[in-house]
Amino acid sequence: MAPLDDAKPVATPEEEGTAAPAAGRFLKAIYVYEVPVRVWHWVNALAITVLSVTGYLIANPLPSQPGEASANFLMGYIRFVHFAAAYIFAIGFIGRLYWALVGNHHAKQLFRFPFWDRHWWGELFLEARWYLFLERKPKLYVGHNPLAQFSMFWAIAVGSVFMIVTGFALYSEGAGQGSWQDKLFGWVIPLFGQSMDVHTWHHLGMWAILLFVIVHVYAAVREDIMSRQSIISTMISGVRTFKDAEAPADEEHERPAKRGVRVG
Amino acid sequence: MATLETFYEVMRRQGITRRSFLKYCSLTAAALGLGPEMVPQIAHAMETKPRTPVLWLHGLECTCCSESFIRSAHPLVKDVVLSMISLDYDDTLMASAGHHAEAILDEVMEKYKGNYILAVEGNPPLNQDGMSCIIGGKPFTDQLRKVARDAKAIISWGSCASFGCVQAARPNPTRATPVHEVITDKPIIKVPGCPPIAEVMTGVITYMLTFDRIPELDRQGRPKMFYSQRIHDKCYRRPHFDAGQFVESFDDEGARKGYCLYKVGCKGPTTYNACSTVRWNEGTSFPIQSGHGCIGCSEDGFWDKGSWYARQSDILQFGIEANADQIGTTAAIGVGSIIAAHAAVSALKRAQHKGDV
Repeated sequence: MAPLDDAKPVATPEEEGTAAPAAGRFLKAIYVYEVPVRVWHWVNALAITVLSVTGYLIANPLPSQPGEASANFLMGYIRFVHFAAAYIFAIGFIGRLYWALVGNHHAKQLFRFPFWDRHWWGELFLEARWYLFLERKPKLYVGHNPLAQFSMFWAIAVGSVFMIVTGFALYSEGAGQGSWQDKLFGWVIPLFGQSMDVHTWHHLGMWAILLFVIVHVYAAVREDIMSRQSIISTMISGVRTFKDAEAPADEEHERPAKRGVRVG
Repeated sequence: MATLETFYEVMRRQGITRRSFLKYCSLTAAALGLGPEMVPQIAHAMETKPRTPVLWLHGLECTCCSESFIRSAHPLVKDVVLSMISLDYDDTLMASAGHHAEAILDEVMEKYKGNYILAVEGNPPLNQDGMSCIIGGKPFTDQLRKVARDAKAIISWGSCASFGCVQAARPNPTRATPVHEVITDKPIIKVPGCPPIAEVMTGVITYMLTFDRIPELDRQGRPKMFYSQRIHDKCYRRPHFDAGQFVESFDDEGARKGYCLYKVGCKGPTTYNACSTVRWNEGTSFPIQSGHGCIGCSEDGFWDKGSWYARQSDILQFGIEANADQIGTTAAIGVGSIIAAHAAVSALKRAQHKGDV
């Protein structure tokens, strides 16, 4: 497996000109997430929120509305918002896939699962041990740490495909036979058995992504506070800043000897 | 059986005038939703084509398909059985019994080799060497395989033959198996439903005999003309669904007002059938019209997709009755608790090593 982050020389704050050197502790700043990645991240986060809330309400509708049916369209609006957000989610995902092809190497990480890379697995377990309080210090990463990459790959890369495919299959039932949704995704219904099972799996998919979101937000906030690199602000500014002098683990080509070399 | 008679000859022999015959052709065209220009074609087909024999076998089933079939109003089942098709074997309807009845099977199979339609009601159980369903002293599986060998096409009547239905519900002790998993080398038309609508049954059979071809099928092998839309898509209570007006419990104000039955488990949104358009008993009513949700009887595995009174189906793998949202909420609470504990430990650790990092 190719290294996730091929060697990028550490930029000093003066060179990069983006970090705040005034604090004194920020020794390095590296531009990690390009604009399309950051825009996608926040649009996607909003889409997932809207899709989850409306999706839940489609399965568990609000209390009945009073008055004539002709005067109400609540369920219709909720479903409309769900479908509109779903299109944004799906088109955003295609755009993000495209950016993985043309963007920097950090943009590709979401779609990579280096299954055959033993070194990667080693660092994944090291990261897991740090979360279990068995390691004193986590490694530093310019991009995602292996544990984060692992969960993002399954929950967001694979999870989005699953939700888009099952979602459009369900949508095709309303769009009708012969619609493009039916031609592209209609085969999913008999694959699962019948429509009911697709609904059930679509629900479970939502919960899987929501569990990821809970862990993701917690880990990001916690890392921002406790670890030695910026996390949340990075997804806003695109710049990863490091709070101490140690070189990130994924900075160089994977030569363990290089790690621990002090730069500052 | 002498020479092969045409439909028309049979009808004339039964004293039907040509005028009545042509009227009948028009009615058939109307019933199939065809334009008037198709009437001469139907008449021509019935004058020239030999009557197609239909062999109707019964496996593991409850005869509800036959019960439904004999209630067909458009066309009347007597016209279908006596004039249109040659129902040469149907152990429930036929007059003869025992060896005489069984002998007809062999006779038709030989005389109309590759030219008869096999209609199957029910399905074969494969466990215990098929001993759970014995017809004429032999396992039904054997009879099915034998008759299917030279059939032109197979109609799977009802959810039993199409998908397995109640006898194939978990844990399926007899291993009741839908027809298409046993017979794999013949065109199979699935007409699911428990039972299927009478007019759908006669409509499918009329189409096949009139045009001498199987109707256009969807991905799951069901005729598109009756199974291309969900109950939900043509439900007369659909406006209440879109408005967000639901029956919350049976006999509440919403139920009296005829609101949507979605919240009390209606499976209309996941069920493909013609109930909301063709309806039952000469178009009198259908389950939703009578105030009960659809149970999804024409869908694969509907017995295992309960409850029929909840929107989301139970996920049986968890051993208890739980749906996706209950499982998801439990998991979210679990993960949330772990995170809270983790955050607490993290804060403690940080306090311990203050200034370290």
